[in-house]
Amino acid sequence: MSDAVVPHRVEPNAAAARSGTSWLKRALDSDIFYSFRRSRMTMVAAAITVLFFLLAIFASQLSVQNPFDPAQLQLMNSRISPLWTADGQSPFLLGTDEQGRDVFSAILYGLRISLVVGVLGVILAGTLGITLGLIAGYVGGAVDGLIMRIADVQLTFPAILIALLVNGVAKSVLGNRLDAMSTLAVLVVAIGLSFWVQYARTVRGSVMVEKSKDYVAAAQLIGLPAPKIMLRHVLPNTMGPILVIATINLALAIITEATLSFLGAGMPDTMPSLGTLIRIGNNYLFAGEWWIVAFPGIALAGLILSINLLGDWLRDALNPKLR
Amino acid sequence: MLAFTLRRAIQAIGVMIAVGVIAFSMFRFAGDPVNQIVSLDTPAAEREAVRKSLGLDDPVPVQFARYFGNAVQFKFGVSYQFRQPVSNLLMERMPATLELAACATVLAMVFGILMGVYSALRRDTILTKFFQAVSLIGISLPTFLIGILLIYLFSVTLGWLPSFGRGDVVRIGWWTTGLLTLSGLKALIMPSITLGLFQMTLIMRLVRAEMLEVLRTDYIRFARARGLTTRAIHFGHALKNTLVPVITVAGLQFGSVIAFAIITETVFQWPGMGLLFVQAVQNVDIPIMAAYLLMVSLIFVTINLVVDILYTIVDPRLRSTISRPA
Repeated sequence: MSDAVVPHRVEPNAAAARSGTSWLKRALDSDIFYSFRRSRMTMVAAAITVLFFLLAIFASQLSVQNPFDPAQLQLMNSRISPLWTADGQSPFLLGTDEQGRDVFSAILYGLRISLVVGVLGVILAGTLGITLGLIAGYVGGAVDGLIMRIADVQLTFPAILIALLVNGVAKSVLGNRLDAMSTLAVLVVAIGLSFWVQYARTVRGSVMVEKSKDYVAAAQLIGLPAPKIMLRHVLPNTMGPILVIATINLALAIITEATLSFLGAGMPDTMPSLGTLIRIGNNYLFAGEWWIVAFPGIALAGLILSINLLGDWLRDALNPKLR
Repeated sequence: MLAFTLRRAIQAIGVMIAVGVIAFSMFRFAGDPVNQIVSLDTPAAEREAVRKSLGLDDPVPVQFARYFGNAVQFKFGVSYQFRQPVSNLLMERMPATLELAACATVLAMVFGILMGVYSALRRDTILTKFFQAVSLIGISLPTFLIGILLIYLFSVTLGWLPSFGRGDVVRIGWWTTGLLTLSGLKALIMPSITLGLFQMTLIMRLVRAEMLEVLRTDYIRFARARGLTTRAIHFGHALKNTLVPVITVAGLQFGSVIAFAIITETVFQWPGMGLLFVQAVQNVDIPIMAAYLLMVSLIFVTINLVVDILYTIVDPRLRSTISRPA
């Protein structure tokens, strides 16, 4: 027990001398890691999430073909059922679709796109929300009123509706025929603009509490500029809840991207995300080719479920009331 | 009370004006409306004539006033894809969406409340664990995957239910209903379940949490001491007191049910407003997008206003907090 608290009492220069190991030691001794080890479900969810990220990162090494490259697709290989069924053919583990695209490879590349859009969307929403929340909470007055009124109005509308509108307007301004990379950017912006409110409200709430504390008054007294006080002193004290929101929002962002792509307002068929793959596969469901839609669907559901479980655990672990 | 109602009403009108500005700017600035109407080889003079006839050369505030004046009378211009007035298209599609949303809400309320009460009263049974697993699925599975799963099970494999459309509908005045024919009712089952599942999860969790809280209160203990039957305590006293927040949430959620119908309608090719909106987004049909935004906002804002006012009437405790300056 006493060993666990020692790193907090170490002399500053001694801590710096072995900062590498003590950082790890502190992480392993922390309450959060303890609660992580206690929950088997969370460990499984974390393992699956990490696995999905690894699959996405090493997609080009693990797949048998590049599904975005039409030259590598052969119509001869279209509509092959999964390997373990009677008509299965190597190397197509999970079968192929209409265009002869290997479903397993398409899932890996699609996973990569879904995760990139999700992570970038969360980063954009977080940056936007944190900035506006800090300004609203710290400055107060009319600025606060304006930002929070916009947030209130936006909160009454579901994110998917806002994302669809942003998407439609962007297409109208930039022209209907966008290339895949611009579509990806539009999706990130649509998700960012749909999810910033929650961060802004949380940060504003925490800032209002922190602002009246002595350390902020001290920082103001020694003449630090407001942006520095906000970023270096107030923000770190609001990070706990933000981390929880970001985790749960990652799942929501991935669902939103998949939904937009499924509705035909997201990634194009030439560069499919998981949602696009499900939309394509849905067309072959009645022909009995269930594998084209089933495996991307399972991948998407598994990814969202494990991220959600992680988010739930993180929320409870960081909530001091539940300890 | 009157002051509160007035203030909320003014706020609601403010929100609607803000949404109107957004809808107008989409309509006016996102792409040139003239380009959408004329063909590519129309001469410049003719384009100017079209521009003039649409009033697009007037000052922007005048145009906004005109757009808003028309919108109040439910005139939203002409759709680029269908060459028909948008208001006609919306009116034609609205019954389908409202019927679907209402069915989904009823389904979600009935099953959500039943499952919530059961899992609060019998906390450690297998059925409760099953309900909790269902609720985790309801939150984690995207709506369209649930729809596809249902179609695969009940249309492709078993062939019991139709996978798309509304079935036969009966026309009553301008309203069309699928509730009066067998095929209409069969077509309604899967879309309602798909759309209602998320709300059901929400209501189940809420009812469970509220019930657990109410069952710990003094008046329940007192009711037990009086020797009332368990049934009377659970349903007459406990459930009744949990219903106020449940009805509020269900009411507030009705707006988002209509918005989420976009996804369900696409999966089941349900001929409602949501499907119209998705097609509009795909084809960059701005008048429909702007009109849909205005219609849905109007529904949202009205529901919020009504729920807020009803809530203060039902629960007098809230009035003291409302009169406090914000």
